[in-house]
Amino acid sequence: MTDPFPFSAIVGQEEMKQAMVLTAIDPSIGGVLVLGDRGTGKSTAVRALAALLPQIEVVVGCPVNSAHPKDCPDWAEIKTTDQIRRATPVIDLPLGVTEDRVVGALDIERALTQGQKAFEPGLLARANRGYLYIDEVNLLEDHIVDLLLDVAQSGVNIVEREGLSIRHPAKFVLVGSGNPEEGELRPQLLDRFGLSVEVISPRDIATRVEVMRRRDSYERTPGAFMPPWQAQDAELRDQIIAARSALGSITTPDAILEDCAALCIALGSDGLRGELTLLRAARAVAAFEGTDQLSRTHLRAIAPSALRHRLRRDPLDDAGSSARVARILNEVLP
Amino acid sequence: MEPARQPSRAWSRAELALRLLAIDPAGLKGIWLRARVSPARDRLVATATACLPQGLRRAHPSLSDEALYGGTDLAATLSSGRRVSTTGLLGDDTPLLLVMAERCPMGLAARLGQWLDRTGPALIALDEGADDDELPPLALTERLGLFIDLEGIGQANMTATPMDTGQLSQARTRLSQIKTPHSVLEDLARTAEKLGINSARAPLMALAAARAAAALDGAESVSAAHLNLAAMLVFAHRATQTPDEDTADQQPQEPQDLPPPFPEPDSDEQSETKPDETPDAPPQDQPSETPPLDDMMVAAALSCLPADLLARLAVGRAARQVQGTNGTGAAQKGNRRGRPIPSRPGTPGSGVRIDPVATLRVAAPWQKLRRGGGHLAADRLQIRRDDIRLRQFKQTSDRLLIFAVDASGSAALARLAEAKGAVELLLAQAYARRDHVALVAFRGTGAELMLPPTRSLVQTKRRLAGLPGGGGTPLAAGLQLAAELALQTRRRGMTPTLALLTDGRANIALDGQPNRIKAMEEARQMARVLATSGTPALVIDTANRPQPDLRALADAMGAPYLPLPRADARRLSAALRVALAP
Repeated sequence: MTDPFPFSAIVGQEEMKQAMVLTAIDPSIGGVLVLGDRGTGKSTAVRALAALLPQIEVVVGCPVNSAHPKDCPDWAEIKTTDQIRRATPVIDLPLGVTEDRVVGALDIERALTQGQKAFEPGLLARANRGYLYIDEVNLLEDHIVDLLLDVAQSGVNIVEREGLSIRHPAKFVLVGSGNPEEGELRPQLLDRFGLSVEVISPRDIATRVEVMRRRDSYERTPGAFMPPWQAQDAELRDQIIAARSALGSITTPDAILEDCAALCIALGSDGLRGELTLLRAARAVAAFEGTDQLSRTHLRAIAPSALRHRLRRDPLDDAGSSARVARILNEVLP
Repeated sequence: MEPARQPSRAWSRAELALRLLAIDPAGLKGIWLRARVSPARDRLVATATACLPQGLRRAHPSLSDEALYGGTDLAATLSSGRRVSTTGLLGDDTPLLLVMAERCPMGLAARLGQWLDRTGPALIALDEGADDDELPPLALTERLGLFIDLEGIGQANMTATPMDTGQLSQARTRLSQIKTPHSVLEDLARTAEKLGINSARAPLMALAAARAAAALDGAESVSAAHLNLAAMLVFAHRATQTPDEDTADQQPQEPQDLPPPFPEPDSDEQSETKPDETPDAPPQDQPSETPPLDDMMVAAALSCLPADLLARLAVGRAARQVQGTNGTGAAQKGNRRGRPIPSRPGTPGSGVRIDPVATLRVAAPWQKLRRGGGHLAADRLQIRRDDIRLRQFKQTSDRLLIFAVDASGSAALARLAEAKGAVELLLAQAYARRDHVALVAFRGTGAELMLPPTRSLVQTKRRLAGLPGGGGTPLAAGLQLAAELALQTRRRGMTPTLALLTDGRANIALDGQPNRIKAMEEARQMARVLATSGTPALVIDTANRPQPDLRALADAMGAPYLPLPRADARRLSAALRVALAP
């Protein structure tokens, strides 16, 4: 398998790239929703992200990528205590996937040939400690969405079916992409995404030509194309690792907390998840920039992504929520 | 008729497209081949199998995951007592031929799309769609580079041009040395922009097509002729707009000024086998007053579009179905998803799932008996084919709410605004129930599908707000269109419900002529058609005074009748709830 297209080599789409980097710094921000036209590099960015993420330590053979042997679930019957470093998992959740594949199910083969009751883990197990990517998330079937909502919230996958009673950790960053014209997302699912970004096709010729040029040389001469960009990716990865360790030492002035609350009240967003995500994301921005104190600049940088999808929306209101966020942002944080 | 649309041209272009795919399958990813069963299609598929290096394997739209990715061969596993696995279609690098691609479900399209994005060598989608809105999922067609439409190509148009596999493999080796002038990228990007193509995939695929054409030609670098060919094969069907007015004006005569729309790389062979069709101009010889290259490419792309294709494609795109979602419509039994119901005996195969617990339960009482005379080890479970139980689920299909709105002069004057308000009220309910919505408007001499089935309420509201009023009341035409839509969507597994908003004064007959008596009679006829088709309906009378005629119509339709003058929001939604009750 060839290397994915390098993350740094994606032309433009700064907001999307920023959001993805922030979730890599602080997974508790809670995922990214990318909405936009086809062929704007949504899938490319997600696949590239996998190469960018720092490696994680996992127990050999553990189906849920546990870091320590004691975390391995009993049903997996892991005997070894060996650990290896491997890439952070980025798992694709295809449309039309069955419930069995998502949550896991009875291992039919073992049940029928050996009469044993064994659990065959699903995609949620594999995505633990990593990313779960859903392309065309707005077309995902409702009963799969229901499963995801619960697991994304609790971080635990509970399987009660076919005589099995099993639970395993399923903490993952949810990344979804889709084209809003084809269908809408349920508000409950929208709320599970920490950040949401809107991507549009670049309109100027120069950018589009640059996109073509990079993609073309990626395909035709990967030997010459990859190394410089991979070096940039490595630099970005180091920045992410540095930001992760800096995250804990960032101080948050009370004024900033008040700003967060004021912003969310002015926008009328439901619940408190808006404030919390805004704060976490802003902290990640600060950590990425290498500053040690949170300021309004950071809030302003991330507020549209963090709040755009949380507005209480009249389903029949067709005014863009990006515009509303921008207007209120200017009013509240002059 | 313009040269590019002639059947013999279309045929040689189709063959050329196959060659390009055979030369660069990785770059072009595949062909979207729109054709009903015909000798031309058979010939093309046979040629494709011959000229693609790894051959071609057939795939059908109801492929299960096991067939795609490989899985356990259950029958063999049971009889041998150890795991026997199968390799899936996507396991090896053989290009696929997807038959009946218009029936391809979203889930499969997404999987095939991911496969194509990563390693997939190529896919040819045979689209046999009969109607304009019957199209393969966009997630798939977007990733296929080339488009061919074989409509109208008969036996006589097919020239026998043998595929020279040697020539193809030579071209394949040449491919990496083809030079691409710097301006080419810019031209492609500009052309894509003029045609309203936003995807970044399209120009890249056009570049690959142009390069493959150059390699086939034996040329050293990509030339204008290659780019024109690429524009026809890659851009034409993706176009969402015609370029600005000034270019559109020149458009009719421009195709004649072009150098031949594509080089005839095999022109020698062609003139041997069919001497009456000679290449019509010296290739590569451009006229002195050359228009900018991107304009030429736009013209080339437009030249192979049928006149109404743009409109048709635009409709097709909007009509893209949100398939495979759960809804509130009628319940259907299935074995894929939904609420579980008791399992049934049967043979495992594609698309069905085994219920292991039920299977074991059936097999359990026989174990002792079977072990006695069995040839297998005594400590192993003995399961026979007859024991196998399959899982069954009950699911509810999607519901579609079709609004047929009277926008005639009589309604517009009186209460179109109120009717719109009523529709918005119903829309809010539809949103809560996750229903799909479609909008049919009738005014003047006919009816129009304003909004194909969608879940996007913002879009619905926008269309509704922009709904103009005026003209006669072709009630029958409106009902006919609504009935057709209901039938179509029912075929796709949705459950349609009709909400008719009118003041009931039908005065335009189906033929578009003003004739009050005939119009009313035809409206009643259509109402009976709707009633026999079993489409639940609701008739909302928007006239100032309740119309007896409309009440009769509602009775013929078997639908509740609700005069709006006395209908407030609460009553309207209550009536809707009753009408929509499953």
